[in-house]
Amino acid sequence: MSAESAVGAVPMVEARAVCKHYAGVEVLKGVDLVVNRGEVTCLIGPSGSGKSTLLRCINHLEKHDAGELLVDGQLVGYEARDGKLYERSDKQICVERSRIGMVFQRFNLFQHLTVLDNVTIGQVKVKNVSPDAAVTRARELLARVGLDAKEKNYPSQLSGGQQQRVAIARALAMEPKLMLFDEPTSALDPELVGEVLDVMKDLARSGMTMIVVTHEMGFAREVADTVYFLDRGIIEESGDPRKVLTAPSSERLKSFLSKVL
Amino acid sequence: MKVVPVRHTGRWIAGAVMVVIVAMLVHTLFSKVATGQTSCHTVSGVRSCHPVVNWRFSWNIVFHYFTSSEILHGLVLTIELTILAMLIGIVLGITIAIMRLSPNRLLSSTAWSYTWFFRGTPVYVQLLFWFNISAIYQSLSIGIPFLHVTFLHIDAVSLFTPFRAALIGLGLNEGAYMSEIARSGLIAVDEGQFEAASSLGMTRGQTLRLVVLPQAMRVIIPPTGNEVISMLKTTSLASAISVVEVLGAAQNIYAANYEVMPLLITASIWYLIITTVLSIGQFYLERHFARGAQRTPPPTPIARLRTDVKGIVAKFRTPRPAMTREVVA
Repeated sequence: MSAESAVGAVPMVEARAVCKHYAGVEVLKGVDLVVNRGEVTCLIGPSGSGKSTLLRCINHLEKHDAGELLVDGQLVGYEARDGKLYERSDKQICVERSRIGMVFQRFNLFQHLTVLDNVTIGQVKVKNVSPDAAVTRARELLARVGLDAKEKNYPSQLSGGQQQRVAIARALAMEPKLMLFDEPTSALDPELVGEVLDVMKDLARSGMTMIVVTHEMGFAREVADTVYFLDRGIIEESGDPRKVLTAPSSERLKSFLSKVL
Repeated sequence: MKVVPVRHTGRWIAGAVMVVIVAMLVHTLFSKVATGQTSCHTVSGVRSCHPVVNWRFSWNIVFHYFTSSEILHGLVLTIELTILAMLIGIVLGITIAIMRLSPNRLLSSTAWSYTWFFRGTPVYVQLLFWFNISAIYQSLSIGIPFLHVTFLHIDAVSLFTPFRAALIGLGLNEGAYMSEIARSGLIAVDEGQFEAASSLGMTRGQTLRLVVLPQAMRVIIPPTGNEVISMLKTTSLASAISVVEVLGAAQNIYAANYEVMPLLITASIWYLIITTVLSIGQFYLERHFARGAQRTPPPTPIARLRTDVKGIVAKFRTPRPAMTREVVA
Protein backbone atom coordinates (compact mmCIF):
# COMPACT_ATOMS: atom_id res chain seq x y z
CA MET A 1 0.00 0.00 0.00
CA SER A 2 2.67 2.47 1.00
CA ALA A 3 4.85 1.38 -1.92
CA GLU A 4 1.96 1.86 -4.32
CA SER A 5 1.11 5.29 -3.06
CA ALA A 6 4.80 6.20 -3.34
CA VAL A 7 4.77 5.21 -7.00
CA GLY A 8 1.49 6.98 -7.42
CA ALA A 9 3.00 10.12 -6.00
CA VAL A 10 5.50 10.39 -8.86
CA PRO A 11 3.71 12.03 -11.77
CA MET A 12 3.90 10.30 -15.17
CA VAL A 13 5.24 13.44 -16.82
CA GLU A 14 6.71 16.47 -15.19
CA ALA A 15 8.13 19.46 -17.03
CA ARG A 16 10.02 22.20 -15.19
CA ALA A 17 10.91 25.35 -17.13
CA VAL A 18 11.39 23.41 -20.39
CA CYS A 19 12.84 25.53 -23.20
CA LYS A 20 13.36 24.75 -26.87
CA HIS A 21 14.45 26.87 -29.79
CA TYR A 22 15.02 26.21 -33.48
CA ALA A 23 17.53 28.39 -35.28
CA GLY A 24 16.95 31.40 -33.08
CA VAL A 25 13.18 31.03 -32.78
CA GLU A 26 12.12 30.26 -29.24
CA VAL A 27 9.33 27.72 -29.39
CA LEU A 28 9.07 26.84 -25.71
CA LYS A 29 9.95 29.49 -23.15
CA GLY A 30 9.93 27.72 -19.81
CA VAL A 31 6.98 25.37 -19.71
CA ASP A 32 5.82 23.74 -16.47
CA LEU A 33 3.44 20.83 -16.65
CA VAL A 34 2.40 17.90 -14.48
CA VAL A 35 0.55 14.88 -15.78
CA ASN A 36 -0.57 12.38 -13.17
CA ARG A 37 -1.02 8.67 -13.79
CA GLY A 38 -4.34 7.67 -15.29
CA GLU A 39 -5.16 11.25 -16.23
CA VAL A 40 -6.01 12.76 -19.58
CA THR A 41 -4.32 16.07 -20.29
CA CYS A 42 -5.24 18.20 -23.27
CA LEU A 43 -2.89 20.79 -24.74
CA ILE A 44 -4.72 23.50 -26.62
CA GLY A 45 -3.59 26.71 -28.24
CA PRO A 46 -3.10 28.45 -31.57
CA SER A 47 -0.82 26.89 -34.18
CA GLY A 48 2.83 27.64 -33.57
CA SER A 49 2.27 27.91 -29.83
CA GLY A 50 4.61 24.99 -29.10
CA LYS A 51 2.06 22.27 -28.25
CA SER A 52 3.41 19.70 -30.68
CA THR A 53 7.01 20.55 -29.83
CA LEU A 54 6.33 19.92 -26.14
CA LEU A 55 4.73 16.58 -27.01
CA ARG A 56 7.69 15.61 -29.19
CA CYS A 57 10.15 16.56 -26.45
CA ILE A 58 8.40 14.14 -24.09
CA ASN A 59 9.37 11.12 -26.21
CA HIS A 60 12.63 12.72 -27.27
CA LEU A 61 11.79 13.10 -30.95
CA GLU A 62 13.04 16.62 -30.23
CA LYS A 63 15.73 17.49 -27.71
CA HIS A 64 14.83 20.27 -25.26
CA ASP A 65 17.56 22.84 -24.62
CA ALA A 66 16.97 23.79 -21.02
CA GLY A 67 14.84 22.85 -18.05
CA GLU A 68 13.99 19.43 -16.72
CA LEU A 69 11.67 16.95 -18.32
CA LEU A 70 10.84 13.78 -16.40
CA VAL A 71 8.82 10.82 -17.59
CA ASP A 72 7.94 8.27 -14.93
CA GLY A 73 10.43 9.92 -12.58
CA GLN A 74 13.28 9.54 -15.10
CA LEU A 75 14.92 12.43 -16.94
CA VAL A 76 14.23 12.30 -20.68
CA GLY A 77 17.46 11.74 -22.57
CA TYR A 78 19.71 12.02 -19.54
CA GLU A 79 20.63 10.06 -16.49
CA ALA A 80 21.50 11.83 -13.23
CA ARG A 81 24.41 10.07 -11.51
CA ASP A 82 27.04 11.34 -9.08
CA GLY A 83 25.87 14.91 -9.54
CA LYS A 84 26.33 14.80 -13.31
CA LEU A 85 23.92 14.39 -16.21
CA TYR A 86 24.93 11.55 -18.50
CA GLU A 87 23.44 11.69 -21.96
CA ARG A 88 21.67 8.43 -22.70
CA SER A 89 22.80 6.26 -25.60
CA ASP A 90 20.60 5.86 -28.68
CA LYS A 91 19.79 2.34 -27.55
CA GLN A 92 18.56 3.51 -24.13
CA ILE A 93 16.47 6.24 -25.75
CA CYS A 94 14.89 3.63 -28.04
CA VAL A 95 13.92 1.53 -25.03
CA GLU A 96 12.37 4.59 -23.36
CA ARG A 97 10.45 5.50 -26.51
CA SER A 98 9.07 2.00 -26.88
CA ARG A 99 7.19 2.54 -23.62
CA ILE A 100 5.56 5.75 -24.86
CA GLY A 101 2.94 5.43 -27.59
CA MET A 102 2.58 8.20 -30.13
CA VAL A 103 -0.21 8.94 -32.58
CA PHE A 104 0.45 11.45 -35.35
CA GLN A 105 -1.68 13.93 -37.20
CA ARG A 106 -0.83 12.28 -40.55
CA PHE A 107 -1.25 8.71 -39.15
CA ASN A 108 2.19 7.65 -40.47
CA LEU A 109 1.20 4.02 -40.90
CA PHE A 110 3.85 1.90 -42.61
CA GLN A 111 2.55 2.00 -46.17
CA HIS A 112 4.24 -1.21 -47.31
CA LEU A 113 2.76 -3.35 -44.53
CA THR A 114 -0.76 -4.68 -44.02
CA VAL A 115 -2.84 -3.46 -41.11
CA LEU A 116 -1.95 -6.58 -39.13
CA ASP A 117 1.78 -6.22 -39.83
CA ASN A 118 1.66 -2.56 -38.82
CA VAL A 119 0.42 -3.62 -35.41
CA THR A 120 2.80 -6.58 -34.97
CA ILE A 121 6.09 -5.15 -36.27
CA GLY A 122 6.92 -3.16 -33.13
CA GLN A 123 6.07 -6.03 -30.82
CA VAL A 124 8.20 -8.51 -32.76
CA LYS A 125 11.18 -6.34 -33.69
CA VAL A 126 11.44 -4.08 -30.63
CA LYS A 127 9.86 -6.02 -27.77
CA ASN A 128 10.93 -9.45 -29.09
CA VAL A 129 7.45 -10.88 -28.64
CA SER A 130 6.94 -14.17 -30.50
CA PRO A 131 5.14 -13.65 -33.85
CA ASP A 132 2.17 -15.77 -32.75
CA ALA A 133 1.66 -13.85 -29.53
CA ALA A 134 2.05 -10.58 -31.43
CA VAL A 135 -0.65 -11.58 -33.92
CA THR A 136 -3.02 -12.57 -31.10
CA ARG A 137 -2.49 -9.25 -29.35
CA ALA A 138 -2.78 -7.32 -32.63
CA ARG A 139 -6.13 -8.98 -33.41
CA GLU A 140 -7.42 -8.11 -29.91
CA LEU A 141 -6.43 -4.48 -30.38
CA LEU A 142 -7.85 -4.27 -33.90
CA ALA A 143 -11.12 -5.66 -32.56
CA ARG A 144 -11.01 -3.03 -29.84
CA VAL A 145 -10.72 -0.22 -32.40
CA GLY A 146 -13.34 -1.94 -34.59
CA LEU A 147 -11.07 -2.91 -37.47
CA ASP A 148 -10.64 -6.66 -37.10
CA ALA A 149 -12.12 -7.16 -40.58
CA LYS A 150 -9.42 -5.02 -42.21
CA GLU A 151 -6.28 -6.82 -41.04
CA LYS A 152 -5.24 -7.88 -44.55
CA ASN A 153 -5.71 -4.43 -46.09
CA TYR A 154 -2.97 -1.95 -46.79
CA PRO A 155 -3.21 1.52 -45.20
CA SER A 156 -3.90 3.16 -48.58
CA GLN A 157 -7.08 1.11 -48.83
CA LEU A 158 -8.50 2.57 -45.60
CA SER A 159 -10.23 5.85 -44.83
CA GLY A 160 -8.42 8.43 -42.71
CA GLY A 161 -10.45 7.55 -39.64
CA GLN A 162 -9.70 3.86 -40.07
CA GLN A 163 -5.99 4.57 -40.56
CA GLN A 164 -5.88 6.63 -37.39
CA ARG A 165 -7.57 3.86 -35.43
CA VAL A 166 -4.96 1.40 -36.75
CA ALA A 167 -2.27 3.87 -35.67
CA ILE A 168 -3.75 3.88 -32.16
CA ALA A 169 -3.77 0.07 -32.13
CA ARG A 170 -0.15 0.07 -33.33
CA ALA A 171 0.87 2.33 -30.44
CA LEU A 172 -1.14 0.31 -27.89
CA ALA A 173 0.50 -2.91 -29.06
CA MET A 174 3.70 -1.77 -27.35
CA GLU A 175 1.85 -1.75 -23.99
CA PRO A 176 2.74 1.88 -23.36
CA LYS A 177 2.56 3.53 -19.97
CA LEU A 178 1.79 6.85 -21.64
CA MET A 179 0.06 7.78 -24.90
CA LEU A 180 0.80 10.97 -26.81
CA PHE A 181 -1.66 12.22 -29.44
CA ASP A 182 -0.47 14.96 -31.81
CA GLU A 183 -3.63 16.51 -33.30
CA PRO A 184 -5.06 13.05 -34.06
CA THR A 185 -8.21 14.32 -35.76
CA SER A 186 -6.90 17.39 -37.59
CA ALA A 187 -6.30 15.58 -40.89
CA LEU A 188 -9.69 13.86 -40.91
CA ASP A 189 -12.89 14.65 -42.73
CA PRO A 190 -15.41 16.02 -40.22
CA GLU A 191 -17.64 12.94 -40.32
CA LEU A 192 -14.67 10.67 -39.46
CA VAL A 193 -13.57 12.61 -36.38
CA GLY A 194 -16.15 10.95 -34.14
CA GLU A 195 -14.95 7.37 -34.66
CA VAL A 196 -11.39 8.29 -33.62
CA LEU A 197 -12.53 10.32 -30.61
CA ASP A 198 -14.71 7.38 -29.51
CA VAL A 199 -11.68 5.10 -29.47
CA MET A 200 -9.75 7.71 -27.49
CA LYS A 201 -12.58 8.13 -24.99
CA ASP A 202 -12.70 4.37 -24.52
CA LEU A 203 -8.95 4.40 -23.92
CA ALA A 204 -9.27 7.20 -21.36
CA ARG A 205 -11.95 5.25 -19.50
CA SER A 206 -9.63 2.25 -19.33
CA GLY A 207 -7.24 4.36 -17.26
CA MET A 208 -4.52 5.14 -19.82
CA THR A 209 -2.42 8.21 -19.13
CA MET A 210 -2.85 10.42 -22.18
CA ILE A 211 -1.54 13.75 -23.41
CA VAL A 212 -3.60 15.05 -26.31
CA VAL A 213 -2.80 18.04 -28.49
CA THR A 214 -6.17 18.91 -29.94
CA HIS A 215 -8.51 21.49 -31.36
CA GLU A 216 -11.55 19.44 -30.34
CA MET A 217 -12.83 21.53 -27.45
CA GLY A 218 -15.79 19.21 -26.92
CA PHE A 219 -13.44 16.30 -26.38
CA ALA A 220 -11.26 18.33 -24.02
CA ARG A 221 -14.27 19.36 -21.95
CA GLU A 222 -15.71 15.86 -21.80
CA VAL A 223 -12.63 13.71 -21.28
CA ALA A 224 -9.71 15.80 -20.01
CA ASP A 225 -8.81 15.98 -16.34
CA THR A 226 -6.59 18.99 -16.99
CA VAL A 227 -6.31 21.43 -19.87
CA TYR A 228 -3.21 23.48 -20.63
CA PHE A 229 -3.52 26.50 -22.88
CA LEU A 230 -0.22 27.29 -24.60
CA ASP A 231 0.45 30.53 -26.37
CA ARG A 232 3.79 31.69 -27.82
CA GLY A 233 5.72 29.05 -25.92
CA ILE A 234 4.33 29.66 -22.46
CA ILE A 235 1.42 28.22 -20.54
CA GLU A 236 -1.12 30.98 -20.26
CA GLU A 237 -3.71 29.11 -18.28
CA SER A 238 -4.35 25.61 -16.99
CA GLY A 239 -6.74 23.67 -14.83
CA ASP A 240 -10.05 21.87 -14.86
CA PRO A 241 -11.47 22.01 -18.40
CA ARG A 242 -14.99 22.87 -17.24
CA LYS A 243 -13.58 25.93 -15.53
CA VAL A 244 -10.85 26.88 -18.00
CA LEU A 245 -12.95 26.41 -21.13
CA THR A 246 -16.14 28.00 -19.84
CA ALA A 247 -14.80 30.83 -17.70
CA PRO A 248 -11.33 31.67 -18.99
CA SER A 249 -9.47 34.30 -17.02
CA SER A 250 -6.77 35.31 -19.54
CA GLU A 251 -7.63 37.54 -22.46
CA ARG A 252 -5.64 35.36 -24.87
CA LEU A 253 -7.62 32.24 -24.02
CA LYS A 254 -10.86 34.21 -24.32
CA SER A 255 -9.97 35.37 -27.82
CA PHE A 256 -8.70 31.87 -28.79
CA LEU A 257 -11.90 30.20 -27.61
CA SER A 258 -14.05 32.74 -29.40
CA LYS A 259 -12.32 31.72 -32.63
CA VAL A 260 -12.47 27.94 -32.26
CA LEU A 261 -15.84 27.46 -30.61
CA MET B 1 -30.90 10.02 -85.17
CA LYS B 2 -27.89 8.17 -86.61
CA VAL B 3 -24.55 9.11 -85.06
CA VAL B 4 -21.67 9.46 -87.55
CA PRO B 5 -18.30 8.84 -85.86
CA VAL B 6 -15.38 11.18 -86.58
CA ARG B 7 -13.11 9.93 -89.42
CA HIS B 8 -9.46 9.80 -88.28
CA THR B 9 -7.87 10.29 -91.71
CA GLY B 10 -4.48 11.29 -90.24
CA ARG B 11 -4.28 8.12 -88.18
CA TRP B 12 -4.92 5.98 -91.24
CA ILE B 13 -2.19 7.73 -93.25
CA ALA B 14 0.32 7.42 -90.40
CA GLY B 15 -0.59 3.74 -90.04
CA ALA B 16 -0.10 3.12 -93.75
CA VAL B 17 3.33 4.84 -93.72
CA MET B 18 4.42 2.70 -90.78
CA VAL B 19 3.29 -0.48 -92.53
CA VAL B 20 5.37 0.43 -95.60
CA ILE B 21 8.46 1.20 -93.48
CA VAL B 22 8.14 -2.07 -91.56
CA ALA B 23 7.69 -3.97 -94.83
CA MET B 24 10.87 -2.38 -96.22
CA LEU B 25 12.77 -3.33 -93.08
CA VAL B 26 11.59 -6.93 -93.20
CA HIS B 27 12.39 -7.08 -96.90
CA THR B 28 15.97 -5.87 -96.49
CA LEU B 29 16.54 -8.10 -93.44
CA PHE B 30 15.62 -11.16 -95.42
CA SER B 31 16.92 -10.08 -98.86
CA LYS B 32 19.51 -12.04 -100.79
CA VAL B 33 22.51 -10.72 -102.69
CA ALA B 34 24.68 -12.13 -105.45
CA THR B 35 28.08 -13.29 -104.25
CA GLY B 36 29.66 -12.71 -107.69
CA GLN B 37 30.26 -16.44 -108.07
CA THR B 38 28.37 -18.77 -110.30
CA SER B 39 27.67 -22.37 -109.70
CA CYS B 40 27.37 -24.80 -112.59
CA HIS B 41 25.83 -28.25 -112.68
CA THR B 42 25.68 -30.82 -115.38
CA VAL B 43 22.34 -32.54 -115.39
CA SER B 44 21.88 -35.32 -117.98
CA GLY B 45 24.58 -33.87 -120.16
CA VAL B 46 23.22 -30.32 -120.09
CA ARG B 47 25.48 -27.88 -118.32
CA SER B 48 23.65 -25.00 -116.68
CA CYS B 49 25.11 -22.12 -114.66
CA HIS B 50 23.43 -19.61 -112.32
CA PRO B 51 24.76 -16.96 -109.94
CA VAL B 52 25.14 -17.95 -106.31
CA VAL B 53 23.05 -15.81 -103.93
CA ASN B 54 23.34 -15.45 -100.20
CA TRP B 55 21.37 -13.88 -97.36
CA ARG B 56 22.39 -10.23 -97.11
CA PHE B 57 22.55 -10.67 -93.32
CA SER B 58 24.15 -14.12 -93.60
CA TRP B 59 21.44 -15.70 -91.47
CA ASN B 60 22.88 -19.14 -92.13
CA ILE B 61 26.19 -18.12 -90.50
CA VAL B 62 24.35 -16.36 -87.64
CA PHE B 63 22.34 -19.52 -87.11
CA HIS B 64 25.44 -21.66 -87.29
CA TYR B 65 27.27 -19.76 -84.56
CA PHE B 66 24.21 -18.85 -82.49
CA THR B 67 24.51 -21.84 -80.18
CA SER B 68 28.17 -22.63 -80.75
CA SER B 69 30.06 -23.48 -77.59
CA GLU B 70 32.32 -20.38 -77.79
CA ILE B 71 29.34 -18.04 -77.97
CA LEU B 72 27.47 -19.89 -75.21
CA HIS B 73 30.52 -19.80 -72.95
CA GLY B 74 30.80 -16.09 -73.62
CA LEU B 75 27.12 -15.71 -72.84
CA VAL B 76 27.52 -17.39 -69.46
CA LEU B 77 30.41 -15.05 -68.68
CA THR B 78 28.33 -12.02 -69.74
CA ILE B 79 25.49 -13.07 -67.45
CA GLU B 80 27.85 -13.80 -64.56
CA LEU B 81 29.56 -10.47 -64.96
CA THR B 82 26.22 -8.62 -65.14
CA ILE B 83 24.78 -10.28 -62.05
CA LEU B 84 27.90 -10.06 -59.90
CA ALA B 85 28.76 -6.49 -60.89
CA MET B 86 25.17 -5.42 -60.22
CA LEU B 87 25.21 -7.13 -56.82
CA ILE B 88 28.40 -5.28 -55.91
CA GLY B 89 26.89 -2.08 -57.29
CA ILE B 90 23.60 -2.40 -55.39
CA VAL B 91 25.15 -3.27 -52.02
CA LEU B 92 27.77 -0.55 -52.44
CA GLY B 93 25.19 1.94 -53.73
CA ILE B 94 22.81 1.48 -50.80
CA THR B 95 25.69 1.66 -48.32
CA ILE B 96 27.00 4.85 -49.91
CA ALA B 97 23.51 6.38 -50.06
CA ILE B 98 23.00 5.71 -46.33
CA MET B 99 26.47 7.15 -45.61
CA ARG B 100 25.62 10.17 -47.72
CA LEU B 101 22.50 10.85 -45.63
CA SER B 102 24.32 10.25 -42.35
CA PRO B 103 24.55 13.17 -39.90
CA ASN B 104 28.28 12.33 -39.60
CA ARG B 105 30.03 14.82 -41.93
CA LEU B 106 33.04 12.55 -42.40
CA LEU B 107 30.82 9.72 -43.68
CA SER B 108 28.69 11.93 -45.91
CA SER B 109 31.66 13.66 -47.52
CA THR B 110 33.45 10.33 -48.10
CA ALA B 111 30.31 9.09 -49.84
CA TRP B 112 30.10 12.26 -51.92
CA SER B 113 33.76 11.94 -52.98
CA TYR B 114 33.26 8.32 -53.99
CA THR B 115 30.39 9.19 -56.29
CA TRP B 116 32.29 12.19 -57.64
CA PHE B 117 35.32 10.07 -58.53
CA PHE B 118 33.66 7.00 -60.01
CA ARG B 119 31.01 8.92 -61.90
CA GLY B 120 33.53 11.41 -63.15
CA THR B 121 35.84 9.00 -64.99
CA PRO B 122 34.86 6.78 -67.93
CA VAL B 123 34.11 3.19 -67.02
CA TYR B 124 36.36 2.05 -69.89
CA VAL B 125 39.31 3.87 -68.32
CA GLN B 126 38.46 2.32 -64.96
CA LEU B 127 38.46 -1.17 -66.48
CA LEU B 128 41.87 -0.58 -68.08
CA PHE B 129 43.06 0.78 -64.76
CA TRP B 130 42.11 -2.31 -62.75
CA PHE B 131 43.46 -4.56 -65.50
CA ASN B 132 46.83 -2.86 -65.27
CA ILE B 133 46.82 -2.34 -61.52
CA SER B 134 49.75 -4.73 -61.07
CA ALA B 135 51.91 -2.11 -62.84
CA ILE B 136 51.79 0.05 -59.72
CA TYR B 137 51.01 -2.54 -57.06
CA GLN B 138 53.06 -5.71 -57.49
CA SER B 139 51.38 -7.04 -54.41
CA LEU B 140 48.63 -6.05 -52.06
CA SER B 141 48.98 -6.12 -48.33
CA ILE B 142 46.62 -5.10 -45.60
CA GLY B 143 48.14 -3.63 -42.50
CA ILE B 144 48.41 -0.45 -40.48
CA PRO B 145 49.36 2.65 -42.52
CA PHE B 146 52.87 4.06 -41.93
CA LEU B 147 53.79 1.18 -39.64
CA HIS B 148 55.42 -1.95 -40.94
CA VAL B 149 52.62 -4.22 -39.78
CA THR B 150 50.85 -6.39 -42.35
CA PHE B 151 48.08 -8.90 -41.83
CA LEU B 152 47.51 -10.09 -45.38
CA HIS B 153 49.71 -10.22 -48.43
CA ILE B 154 48.54 -11.11 -51.97
CA ASP B 155 50.24 -11.09 -55.34
CA ALA B 156 48.42 -8.55 -57.54
CA VAL B 157 48.86 -10.37 -60.86
CA SER B 158 47.20 -13.52 -59.56
CA LEU B 159 44.51 -11.52 -57.76
CA PHE B 160 43.50 -9.32 -60.69
CA THR B 161 42.65 -11.83 -63.37
CA PRO B 162 40.91 -10.16 -66.35
CA PHE B 163 37.53 -11.36 -65.08
CA ARG B 164 38.07 -10.03 -61.57
CA ALA B 165 39.47 -6.75 -62.88
CA ALA B 166 36.32 -6.37 -65.00
CA LEU B 167 34.10 -7.31 -62.07
CA ILE B 168 35.74 -4.83 -59.70
CA GLY B 169 35.80 -2.07 -62.30
CA LEU B 170 32.16 -2.51 -63.30
CA GLY B 171 30.98 -3.05 -59.71
CA LEU B 172 32.71 -0.01 -58.24
CA ASN B 173 31.54 2.17 -61.10
CA GLU B 174 27.98 0.89 -60.75
CA GLY B 175 28.11 1.60 -57.00
CA ALA B 176 28.44 5.30 -57.75
CA TYR B 177 25.37 5.34 -60.00
CA MET B 178 23.35 3.07 -57.72
CA SER B 179 24.11 5.30 -54.73
CA GLU B 180 22.37 8.22 -56.43
CA ILE B 181 19.39 6.00 -57.28
CA ALA B 182 19.21 4.63 -53.73
CA ARG B 183 19.54 8.13 -52.29
CA SER B 184 16.61 9.41 -54.32
CA GLY B 185 14.59 6.44 -53.06
CA LEU B 186 15.48 7.08 -49.43
CA ILE B 187 14.68 10.78 -49.73
CA ALA B 188 11.31 9.95 -51.30
CA VAL B 189 10.13 8.16 -48.13
CA ASP B 190 8.04 10.48 -45.96
CA GLU B 191 9.72 11.90 -42.84
CA GLY B 192 6.69 10.72 -40.84
CA GLN B 193 7.71 7.09 -41.46
CA PHE B 194 11.02 7.70 -39.65
CA GLU B 195 9.18 9.34 -36.77
CA ALA B 196 6.59 6.59 -36.48
CA ALA B 197 9.34 3.96 -36.47
CA SER B 198 11.37 5.76 -33.83
CA SER B 199 8.28 6.34 -31.70
CA LEU B 200 7.87 2.55 -31.61
CA GLY B 201 11.41 2.36 -30.25
CA MET B 202 13.13 1.15 -33.42
CA THR B 203 16.83 1.90 -33.74
CA ARG B 204 18.13 3.81 -36.77
CA GLY B 205 19.26 0.53 -38.34
CA GLN B 206 15.89 -1.14 -37.81
CA THR B 207 14.07 1.90 -39.14
CA LEU B 208 16.14 1.83 -42.32
CA ARG B 209 15.92 -1.93 -42.81
CA LEU B 210 12.28 -2.56 -41.85
CA VAL B 211 10.50 0.64 -42.75
CA VAL B 212 12.42 2.97 -45.03
CA LEU B 213 14.27 0.69 -47.47
CA PRO B 214 11.24 -1.47 -48.34
CA GLN B 215 9.34 1.71 -49.23
CA ALA B 216 12.31 3.26 -51.00
CA MET B 217 12.43 0.12 -53.17
CA ARG B 218 9.35 1.25 -55.07
CA VAL B 219 11.32 4.28 -56.24
CA ILE B 220 14.64 2.41 -56.56
CA ILE B 221 13.53 -0.61 -58.63
CA PRO B 222 12.57 0.99 -61.98
CA PRO B 223 15.88 2.86 -62.50
CA THR B 224 17.76 -0.17 -61.15
CA GLY B 225 16.16 -2.33 -63.83
CA ASN B 226 17.44 0.22 -66.29
CA GLU B 227 20.90 -0.08 -64.74
CA VAL B 228 20.86 -3.89 -65.03
CA ILE B 229 20.05 -3.65 -68.74
CA SER B 230 22.68 -0.97 -69.15
CA MET B 231 25.20 -3.13 -67.24
CA LEU B 232 24.45 -6.12 -69.48
CA LYS B 233 25.64 -4.11 -72.45
CA THR B 234 28.50 -2.39 -70.61
CA THR B 235 30.02 -5.80 -69.85
CA SER B 236 30.96 -5.88 -73.55
CA LEU B 237 33.73 -3.41 -72.65
CA ALA B 238 35.36 -6.24 -70.71
CA SER B 239 36.30 -7.74 -74.07
CA ALA B 240 38.88 -4.94 -74.25
CA ILE B 241 40.69 -6.40 -71.25
CA SER B 242 40.66 -9.91 -72.73
CA VAL B 243 37.59 -11.23 -70.96
CA VAL B 244 35.95 -13.59 -73.44
CA GLU B 245 32.34 -12.67 -72.82
CA VAL B 246 29.79 -12.88 -75.61
CA LEU B 247 31.25 -10.02 -77.69
CA GLY B 248 34.78 -11.25 -76.98
CA ALA B 249 33.78 -14.71 -78.20
CA ALA B 250 32.26 -13.23 -81.35
CA GLN B 251 35.43 -11.20 -81.96
CA ASN B 252 37.61 -14.27 -81.51
CA ILE B 253 35.55 -16.14 -84.08
CA TYR B 254 35.50 -13.38 -86.70
CA ALA B 255 39.21 -12.76 -86.20
CA ALA B 256 39.66 -16.27 -87.60
CA ASN B 257 36.98 -16.40 -90.33
CA TYR B 258 36.41 -12.69 -91.17
CA GLU B 259 32.63 -13.08 -90.86
CA VAL B 260 32.43 -9.82 -88.90
CA MET B 261 28.83 -8.82 -89.48
CA PRO B 262 27.13 -12.18 -88.86
CA LEU B 263 28.96 -12.59 -85.55
CA LEU B 264 28.13 -9.07 -84.41
CA ILE B 265 24.51 -9.88 -85.24
CA THR B 266 24.76 -13.11 -83.27
CA ALA B 267 26.00 -11.23 -80.21
CA SER B 268 23.34 -8.53 -80.66
CA ILE B 269 20.52 -11.07 -80.80
CA TRP B 270 21.72 -12.60 -77.55
CA TYR B 271 21.83 -9.16 -75.91
CA LEU B 272 18.27 -8.54 -77.11
CA ILE B 273 17.07 -11.88 -75.74
CA ILE B 274 18.53 -11.26 -72.27
CA THR B 275 17.23 -7.70 -72.23
CA THR B 276 13.74 -9.03 -72.96
CA VAL B 277 13.95 -11.56 -70.14
CA LEU B 278 15.22 -8.86 -67.76
CA SER B 279 12.40 -6.48 -68.70
CA ILE B 280 9.83 -9.13 -67.87
CA GLY B 281 11.51 -9.77 -64.52
CA GLN B 282 11.58 -6.03 -63.80
CA PHE B 283 7.83 -5.76 -64.36
CA TYR B 284 7.02 -8.40 -61.76
CA LEU B 285 9.54 -7.00 -59.29
CA GLU B 286 8.02 -3.53 -59.59
CA ARG B 287 4.58 -4.99 -59.11
CA HIS B 288 5.74 -6.75 -55.94
CA PHE B 289 7.23 -3.62 -54.36
CA ALA B 290 4.28 -1.44 -55.36
CA ARG B 291 2.06 -3.27 -52.88
CA GLY B 292 0.45 -0.86 -50.50
CA ALA B 293 1.21 2.08 -52.78
CA GLN B 294 -1.67 1.51 -55.14
CA ARG B 295 -5.15 0.40 -54.29
CA THR B 296 -5.22 -2.10 -57.13
CA PRO B 297 -1.97 -3.51 -58.54
CA PRO B 298 -1.43 -3.00 -62.29
CA PRO B 299 -2.51 -5.98 -64.44
CA THR B 300 0.14 -8.40 -65.66
CA PRO B 301 0.75 -8.33 -69.44
CA ILE B 302 -1.10 -11.65 -69.70
CA ALA B 303 -4.09 -10.25 -67.83
CA ARG B 304 -3.99 -7.14 -70.01
CA LEU B 305 -3.86 -9.24 -73.17
CA ARG B 306 -6.84 -11.23 -71.94
CA THR B 307 -8.94 -8.11 -71.37
CA ASP B 308 -7.85 -6.74 -74.76
CA VAL B 309 -8.92 -9.92 -76.52
CA LYS B 310 -12.17 -10.00 -74.58
CA GLY B 311 -12.84 -6.41 -75.53
CA ILE B 312 -12.20 -7.02 -79.21
CA VAL B 313 -14.33 -10.19 -79.20
CA ALA B 314 -17.13 -8.38 -77.43
CA LYS B 315 -16.96 -5.59 -79.98
CA PHE B 316 -17.45 -7.99 -82.87
CA ARG B 317 -20.08 -10.11 -81.17
CA THR B 318 -22.48 -7.42 -80.13
CA PRO B 319 -23.83 -5.38 -83.01
CA ARG B 320 -23.18 -1.73 -82.44
CA PRO B 321 -26.48 -0.31 -81.20
CA ALA B 322 -27.88 2.45 -83.24
CA MET B 323 -27.33 5.35 -80.93
CA THR B 324 -30.46 7.37 -80.59
CA ARG B 325 -31.06 10.59 -78.85
CA GLU B 326 -34.44 11.48 -77.58
CA VAL B 327 -35.50 14.83 -78.71
CA VAL B 328 -37.48 16.59 -76.10
CA ALA B 329 -40.21 18.42 -77.81
